[in-house]
Amino acid sequence: MMLFTFIAWVLAVLVIAPAIYAVETKDLLSAAIAVGFADLAAAILFLVLQAPDVAITQAAIGAGITLAIFVYAIRRTERWEK
Amino acid sequence: MKKALAAVISIAIFIVLSYFFLTGSAPIDYLKGGNYTDPITGEQYNHSVPQQYVEDTKNDTGASNVVTAIVVEYRGFDTLGEVTVLFTAATGLALLLDELKRRTLPVVDPNFILKSAVKVVLPFIILVGAYIFIHGHLTPGGGFPGGAVIAAGFLLMILVHTTRGLPERKLSITESLAGISYVLIGLLGLVFANEFLQNYLPLGNFTMLFSAGIIPLIYIAIGFKVGSELGGIMHNLKGVHEE
Amino acid sequence: MIPELLQPVFVISAALLSIGLYGVMSKRNMLKIIISLGLVDTGVNVLIVAMGYLPGGTAPIENGNYALYVDPVPQALVLTAIVIGVSVMALALAVAMGYYRKTGTLELDKEGVMKW
Repeated sequence: MMLFTFIAWVLAVLVIAPAIYAVETKDLLSAAIAVGFADLAAAILFLVLQAPDVAITQAAIGAGITLAIFVYAIRRTERWEK
Repeated sequence: MKKALAAVISIAIFIVLSYFFLTGSAPIDYLKGGNYTDPITGEQYNHSVPQQYVEDTKNDTGASNVVTAIVVEYRGFDTLGEVTVLFTAATGLALLLDELKRRTLPVVDPNFILKSAVKVVLPFIILVGAYIFIHGHLTPGGGFPGGAVIAAGFLLMILVHTTRGLPERKLSITESLAGISYVLIGLLGLVFANEFLQNYLPLGNFTMLFSAGIIPLIYIAIGFKVGSELGGIMHNLKGVHEE
Repeated sequence: MIPELLQPVFVISAALLSIGLYGVMSKRNMLKIIISLGLVDTGVNVLIVAMGYLPGGTAPIENGNYALYVDPVPQALVLTAIVIGVSVMALALAVAMGYYRKTGTLELDKEGVMKW
């Protein structure tokens, strides 16, 4: 239990820091990659909460499909936010 | 000025939310639920709903995974609605991007490492995805992550074959057939067992692959449907490339 | 009092909700707003799964050994919510791409389109 609480505090830093970076930066490609990283850390958090089905789904969709559709959308529009 | 106002509002919401979360009571302890009297029939229930699901899964459905039994057997109609929402979003996207697809983009030739790695890795990705949704009632996973892993394999195919892409007609035919077969399995339950989506196949032995009635069949249909749907979404977003 | 494991998890969920809300309120670029909505979606899913955690329980897969499982109903809800979230975000991106093709910009600054 002490180990899980320590892992949860480490994951708190790993989720919140990319989220703040994704909202503040002007480069949309970096923002999309940061959101993919936050989703992957949330998948590990689901595993700490004893939910393996939800962890597999979040990892496969958050770090795979979401990132791919963002990169395709950025490719058709602009990369830098004004 | 507007950014400062938005920052103040969001910090205030964060403080209020964390205060309410951290000083609230314990999470719902489902072992202590109960004491409910049905007003119509007068029966007494002293189990809460999650405890009933956990205790009854092995005898009612024969599946090991309690979450799978809830998604397919006890709340199967909500999963049918969710499959409909997925289908509507994919169709809406295909209609919106119809005239954007005719604008062509220059071709980017893929890397040598990418081309030779995909030839080796792609069959294993599809095999892992199929394993996840076939064994949905025994191990964690099910139809939705299995379909997402297969769609990731389709993404690798799109990245390598830049002019041909995916066989789009076959993917949409597969998606429609999988959705129709889900509804057909439910209607056969209406014929054989008097309820829509009732479990009518034999339950089999516990922890065997061919067990738990119609649950593997429905998850195979959902796996095909989600995989081909997400592949179709990515093919529509990619558009057409010219030489 | 809540169990000790859930204290950082609730902080994560509240932080994701407020960061996403700040992104929706103060940014003008359409893709940035959609990214912030994806963050709100993740925060809500973490909150729902955290409500079903019991201290000392294991994952709800029966193999005849344990007797205390965590609550399986929130996990069944979140399993479909994640897939619906990604498909709705794909549709929103298609609307943004159509808007870019018609007007040539992704900002929401023009007259006739209200933002603050």
